[in-house]
This record gives sequence, structure tokens and C-alpha cells, in this order.
Amino acid sequence: MNAFFKTMAVTAVSAVALMGATAVHAEGERYVLVSHAPDSDSWWNTIRNALALAGEQMDVEVEYRNPPTGDIADMARLIEQAAASGPDGIITTLADPTVLSDSIQAAVDAGIDVIIMNSGTPEQAREVGALMYVGQPEYDAGFAAGQRASGDGVTNFLCVNHVISNPVVAERCQGFADGLGVELGESMIDAGQDPQEIQNRVMAYLNANPETDGILALGPTSADPTILALEELGLAGDIYFGTFDLGENIVNGIRDGVIEWGIDQQPFLQAYLPVVVMTNYHRYGVLPGNNINSGPGFITADGLELVEALAGEYR
Amino acid sequence: MSETEPLAAGGPGDERIKEQGGFRKWLIRPELGGIVGVIAVFAFFGILAGDSGMFNAQGIMNWSQISAQFMIIAVGACMLMVAGEFDLSVGSMIGFAGISIAMFGVVWGLPMWLAIIITFAICLTIGAINGIIVVRTGLPSFIVTLAFLFILRGFTIFVPQTVESRTIIGGIEDAAEGDWLAAIFNTDLAGWFFVWLADIGLVDTFTRGTREGEPVISGLPMLIVWAIVLVIVGHIVLTRTKFGNWIFAAGGDAQAARYVGVPVDRVKISMFMTTAFCATVFACVQVFEFGSAAADRGILKEFEAIIAVVIGGALLTGGYGSVMGAALGALIFGVVQQGLFFADVESSLFRVFLGIILLFAVVLNTYIRRIITGER
Repeated sequence: MNAFFKTMAVTAVSAVALMGATAVHAEGERYVLVSHAPDSDSWWNTIRNALALAGEQMDVEVEYRNPPTGDIADMARLIEQAAASGPDGIITTLADPTVLSDSIQAAVDAGIDVIIMNSGTPEQAREVGALMYVGQPEYDAGFAAGQRASGDGVTNFLCVNHVISNPVVAERCQGFADGLGVELGESMIDAGQDPQEIQNRVMAYLNANPETDGILALGPTSADPTILALEELGLAGDIYFGTFDLGENIVNGIRDGVIEWGIDQQPFLQAYLPVVVMTNYHRYGVLPGNNINSGPGFITADGLELVEALAGEYR
Repeated sequence: MSETEPLAAGGPGDERIKEQGGFRKWLIRPELGGIVGVIAVFAFFGILAGDSGMFNAQGIMNWSQISAQFMIIAVGACMLMVAGEFDLSVGSMIGFAGISIAMFGVVWGLPMWLAIIITFAICLTIGAINGIIVVRTGLPSFIVTLAFLFILRGFTIFVPQTVESRTIIGGIEDAAEGDWLAAIFNTDLAGWFFVWLADIGLVDTFTRGTREGEPVISGLPMLIVWAIVLVIVGHIVLTRTKFGNWIFAAGGDAQAARYVGVPVDRVKISMFMTTAFCATVFACVQVFEFGSAAADRGILKEFEAIIAVVIGGALLTGGYGSVMGAALGALIFGVVQQGLFFADVESSLFRVFLGIILLFAVVLNTYIRRIITGER
């Protein structure tokens, strides 16, 4: 039994030592990034890598925290906890303003600088007293995509919306219509979440509206079945097709010429820029005068090699 | 007075009332492991994270709130475990109760106090159903409550999704404005005390914004008050009442307890209702503090409750344990979970460390108890 306890003690001690060694230490400022993502969400891996890189390059201490199960109430406690540890700045998302704004506000009032990234809007960020918002404003991203499509000769489009319940995501369609200079009208369809249904609705729409020459999908969920629909109709490559976010099928679609571009909100910048901005603010008192749009970053067949090589790491 | 006269019951030779040494009596208490653990954990973080903000006012409030959360659900879990059963539906119950309050109080527009009462009624009924199924079928509570883990979580997502096509319901703050019953779940008490603490420099003040000059802690949250009240009530019931003896008897040897007239089934069912009650209290405090209910709240909380109880010295097999121990277990759990952040431990490794501490605590507890009680 004694030997057993010795083993336990040694294990515990060495675990502590191991952890001490992995904690990022640097001279100077300390920044904590609190996300809303559960452990299972691998999209945030890019954020973590970018955060670590920014910490290294700016020679500041950076920490990443997230609620293991994605529980937003737990996230509020993490923000309070981070604030209590007295960092120079907190970078966080506004995944649910009702739950989080009190905690963020208290951190700001206690003299900690806060930058909102990824989720939320510039207005909400201003309301909680954050320095700025770094992310992809959905309307603006849609608008930029619409202008781009307009330049490529699109006049009549279909927006495939698989998250009709989320008004923020629907702004992508509105922005696209405005960028094109056309009415949104009946162009946005509620596609549902089921791939088979999405595929059939896209086919039905294109059959009923043969003058359609452009398609916007709002993410892999709607983009993947749309690719199948276009192949089925023999329109793959003929119709102008752009989508939000990236995924394996989307990247393949871009390579094969079925998809013109994918809109990347560039999570790398969402984690990297706040660290750079805050470090310079604290060292030299300089601060950009506005919010920063991390997206839309357009991914086309040209830059695809780098995207594929860094997918899941920095892209 | 003849020498052969048998000893009267309660006489000096009756082993049932034999005096035990004070020290030994203290050693066999189930809380011992918890007390040792608390001292160890505070010493550990005092050294490792003493100057990191963990022990400033905000830091203390932070880990106290986390510990209080664990305590609220650990009280119910502990008493149920002493009665010899488990409840894996605690976490789902937290999400379920929160959504229930939001549905009745916000979506269907009932007064908040009524929404709270209805929610308590529903949750206590579900707790009773859990218990009735367990005692009637004789199935392990592990399986029965595992089923309810999924049933409740399913409903919690289904109902708001169907009625409102969303799974997060806000607007609870406005709906609870001025409600007397909601206030007992979310009020900051004794604000003047913290103003005074700020005046003498023990608590920091906000340096900017609309609350400039106010202390960073506006009062003692009801979350902590609820935790303390539940722990005290639970402790008294378990150690100072006849019903408490019944709980120990039901968990120790149910059959023997029945022979001496303990209503084992009723005791167990009421303990399932107690866990449900604690989960609902947790949900109320959370919902009114954060102003919204979400269908994914409380995931994994059932295990956290059981972990706190086990660190606190309760036996997984029932019949042994204490609410005070569970409260100390919750304190250890909360302090470790939050303390590792202050000690600057990489977040992905923190659960490794937590696991090691848990294992260590449980093994140590069992080991100490075996030495002391001579049990093999």
C-alpha cells in the first residue's frame, strides 16, 4: 500500500511539473481569451494556434479558456475568473449578450481592456464597453460578396438558407442582394437542415426560375447538397456559385470549378489581431479608430494550395 | 445489590453507550478526508497562486460561487447516496427546470412566482417518479436515472424548439422584475458591508463606467446563501433527526431496516425528490442571475455532484457519508477547478490534474477510513 501511495504522489508531483512547463510565460502583458466553444468544436483550434503565435510574436503572455461543455453560464464565470486574475486585457466572444454582458461590463469597469471577437455585433461590443469588435459583420460580408458577383455579371440569384431561424445569418442574403443591387424578395429559400430536402428544394427552385444565374449558400450544410443538385441538373460550373465558410466538399468544389469562391471569416485574424492591437495600445497608446473586419476573405482556386496546406491549423 | 444481578440496559457495561475517546470519535467522521483535503488544497494554491488574484475579493467570490453551485447539487446527491441510490438526471434536470421557468414565465406569460412554483411541482414529481420506478421495479437507480437523463434533455430541447423555434430563451430579467419569489433566488445581500470593506481598502472598486467607485462585489449572492442553508438543513436532517437515521438505515441494509419498521421505499422516494429539489434550486439561481435559460445548461453536472460527494467521504454503496463532507468536497472541487486557472495551468491539462486529485482524495479517504474503523 505504501508503494502505491508513493507512486500516486510521484505521479501528482510530476503532473504539476509538466503543467508548469507547458504554461506560456513571457515578459510583460498578459491577455486571456475566453471562447464559448465546447471542447468538441475543432473550428477553434485555429483560434488557439493564432493566439499562441500572436503571444510569441508580441512577446506577451496569452491564455485560452473555454467552458468544456459549451455552457454559456459557465463561460460567464470564466470571464469573472479571468477578470479576478487581473490581466491587461480580455478577448472574448459575445455568444449570448443576456448572459455575458454583466460579467464583461464588470471587467471593463474594473479597468481591464476588452475586445469582442467572432460573435456579437459592433453595436453590442460598444454597449459592453469593449475597445472594438473583431469579426465578420454578416451584412457587410454578404454585401462584399454581392458586389463581387455583380462584377462577374450575376443578375438573378438564389440564396440557400439552412438556418432560417437565425436572423443574423439571414443578413448575409440581404447584404448579397443589396451588393448585387437587386431585391431580395423570393430569392431566399428556407432549405431546412436535411441534405436530401435541401438538394430537392434547390432543384425545384432552379427549375421554376430558369433565369437564375447565381447561387449563394450560407455554409457547408447548404453548400454540399447544392453541389449535388447542380451536378444532377447538369449546371455544375455553368451557374455562378459562392458560399460562406469552408469544408472539404467546398474546397473540392472550388478546385473543380463548381464553386467560384468560399467566404472565409478568417478565425486566425479574430484571435491574432486583438492581441496585437491591445499590446500596441498598452505599450504605445495607439488604437485603430474602428472595428476590424476579419472577413470576408475570399478563397478562390488561386489561393487554394495554401488553404489546403494550412486547413485546420491557421486557416 | 447482588453480584449476579444482570446489568441494566444503559448500565456501565452496555457496549452501545460505551464512551469513545474524543480523538478517535473525530477520526471516524466521514468529513475527515474533506477537512484534510480543504487544508491541503488551500495550502497548495496559497503557495502556487497566492499572488495571482485568486485570493483577492473578486477571486474569492469567483471560486466561492463555483463551490456554492457544486454544494447545492451535492447536498441532494449526498443524501440520496447515503440512502443507497444515485441520480444521473441531475444535470438534465437543471436544464429542464430552467427552460420550464422560461416557458411558463416568459413564453406563456404567467407571473414569475407561479412559473417557479409550477416548475418545482413538475420537477419534484419527476424526482418522485424516478424514486417510485426504482423501488417498485428494483432496477438499479443508475439505469433508471440514466434513462431520465436522456428523457429530460430531449424534452428540454424539444419543447422550446417546437413552440418558439429556439433553444435559448431570454427576457427572464424583465419578466422577473419585482417578483417576490424570483428575488429569493437572485438578490445581493448586505451590500453595505462590501461598501465598508471597500472603504477600508479590503475590496477593490470599479475604476470607470457607471459604477465607478462602487466595490467590485455588490453583495453576498443568494447562490451562496442557498448553498449554506441547504448544507445546514441537510446536515441537521441527516444527523439530528429520526428521519436521518432512516436514511442511513435504508442505505446501509434496506432489508434489515424494513424489519425494524423503517419505511424504506418512502425514504428513498423522498430522497429522489430532494435531489430534484436541489437541481431546481440550482436552475432558479442560474436562470435569474443570467437572465436566460438554455437547453444545454447543466451538462455533466450530475457527475460533478457525485464527485463532490465522493471526495466528501460518502460511500458509493450507501449507508455512510455526511452532508458537511459533501460540502467540503464541493469546496475542494470548486477551488481546484478555479485555482488551476489562477496557477496558470494550461487549460487542456487541467482535467488531468483534477482527475489525479480526485483519485488521490478518494483513495486516501478510503484508506484512512479503513485504518480507523478496522474495516477490511
